[in-house]
Amino acid sequence: MTVTNGPDELESQFAQWREYVRRRPELIASDADELEDHLRDSVDELTALGLRPDEAFLIAVKRMGGLDDLSREFAREHSERLWKQLMFLGDSGDTATKATLRRDLIAMLVCAAGAALSIKVPALFGQHFDDEGTFYETNVALFTLPWLAGFLAWRRRAGLRLCAVLVALFALGVAGANFYPVADDSQSVNLIGSHLPIALWFVVGLAYVSDEVRSSRRRMDFIRFSGEWFVYLVLIALGGGVLIVFLTSTFDAIGLGADDFITYWLVPCGGMAAVVVAGWLVEAKQGVIENIAPVLTRLFTPLFAVVLLAFLVATGLTHGGIDVERENLVMFDLLLAIVLGLLLYSISARNPLAPRGTFDVLQLVLVVSALVIDALVLLTMTGRIAEYGTTPNNTAALGENIVLLANLAWAAWLLFSFVRRRAGFPAIERWQTTYLPVFAVWMWVVVLVLPPVFNFR
Amino acid sequence: MRVTKDLVAASATPIVLGILAEGESYGYAILRRISDLSGGELDWTEGFLYPLLHRLERLGHVEASWQTVTGERRRKYYRITKQGLAELAEQRHQWTTVVEALQQIWPQTLPLEGTA
Repeated sequence: MTVTNGPDELESQFAQWREYVRRRPELIASDADELEDHLRDSVDELTALGLRPDEAFLIAVKRMGGLDDLSREFAREHSERLWKQLMFLGDSGDTATKATLRRDLIAMLVCAAGAALSIKVPALFGQHFDDEGTFYETNVALFTLPWLAGFLAWRRRAGLRLCAVLVALFALGVAGANFYPVADDSQSVNLIGSHLPIALWFVVGLAYVSDEVRSSRRRMDFIRFSGEWFVYLVLIALGGGVLIVFLTSTFDAIGLGADDFITYWLVPCGGMAAVVVAGWLVEAKQGVIENIAPVLTRLFTPLFAVVLLAFLVATGLTHGGIDVERENLVMFDLLLAIVLGLLLYSISARNPLAPRGTFDVLQLVLVVSALVIDALVLLTMTGRIAEYGTTPNNTAALGENIVLLANLAWAAWLLFSFVRRRAGFPAIERWQTTYLPVFAVWMWVVVLVLPPVFNFR
Repeated sequence: MRVTKDLVAASATPIVLGILAEGESYGYAILRRISDLSGGELDWTEGFLYPLLHRLERLGHVEASWQTVTGERRRKYYRITKQGLAELAEQRHQWTTVVEALQQIWPQTLPLEGTA
């Protein structure tokens, strides 16, 4: 060796080359090892001929042929590698990742089991699913979401302070669900049942972002997480449905009824565990499988835009306005929430640096039509309140519509500026992530403040 | 002279299996052996050899294992299996048939270009 730092420099070149190889999905770790060994042989031979190490390295790499060609050949032989697989215990990769995956798996199993058992705990105290009362309706999220939050906090190694905050918030949820003197047929109890799970979902979000509460990027990650989680949960539920069909019919065939087992164990425990398992799946497959929620968003954004536009045109033609039935108003609220969901997921999936395209215009159409519909709904609702007075239900709905209206209005303005090249895309992203606490606060207000304000009606 | 792609592809398996029938070996050494055997005329690339070795492994013709021979680096060695030996015998039979047929139809007088 003529150069003093030859070996070190050579090693760092090998390390760089290796890292470059490992970025190829077609080449796994053992391929990289094998090719590196080859490269080293090649370099050894060339240095033996009298070349300097760096020269030898250059020539050896060159001889190896372009990595593109190499990868293409490997891809032809190992096409299965391009189907990115979710390895539960990673049969490829180094021991460190394997250990992490295994620890995650164990933590998930503990949390899922905890969630599954939690829902059976009240039964020990004589509270059963088919009993009178609304205990399970209001408490259902409290059996599983703390476990999911616990899993996420454990994964993030959340600090003691955050853990204390999480515990306090869940305790607040328990209080809201159980300590108010609400009658089983009151509006308040329904509001708690429908809003508490969403309020608690934001607590899960807190566990998800952990110590980076202020980071817009982390909040956006949580939005992605929520969408993916939902997709996985639906898939697990579908699989569970198939399982139940087979369980029922096979046990029927031998004259045993599995109904009780299904109703009292499989559905409740499985459902609670599935919430945690879905969360773990999203975490485990990050970067392994393309996210599916944004794909669905892309499919449904145009369809929803068309439906909303058609609805607006029809409303304009019939001059009918919106029917003031409560069910209809709830339906419109859901519709607006879906629009917001579509908007959020397309934002979360969009490359902030990509140029403006037709899709952005479509999104603007969607948001503007949602905005007009929201305004119509609000108008009808105010009329309804003027006529019947305030109730817990219409107050909650009114608040939701105002919160949504504010969000959509500013989002529409930002999208408009973006499409007209007046503003960048990150502003839209920032607006949505900054707005998340507003949703959370309103959900908690509905659960904790509205019932006492309306005297637990 | 360059051996055409088709011919390289067709002869690849019997050549690799033949080399491994001599004894276990690893990628770099196999490439060197091929080069030596053909007097440098067969110039395989890494992108050709390694996927081929992996395919033979998948088919069960060869077995691979990471070994550390004293004084050397940890290496992935390939060893021919029983099934690989059977495959080699079969391929050899086919190649002999082809070569014999070719020899019969080639007039003795046909000049061989490139060798002199």
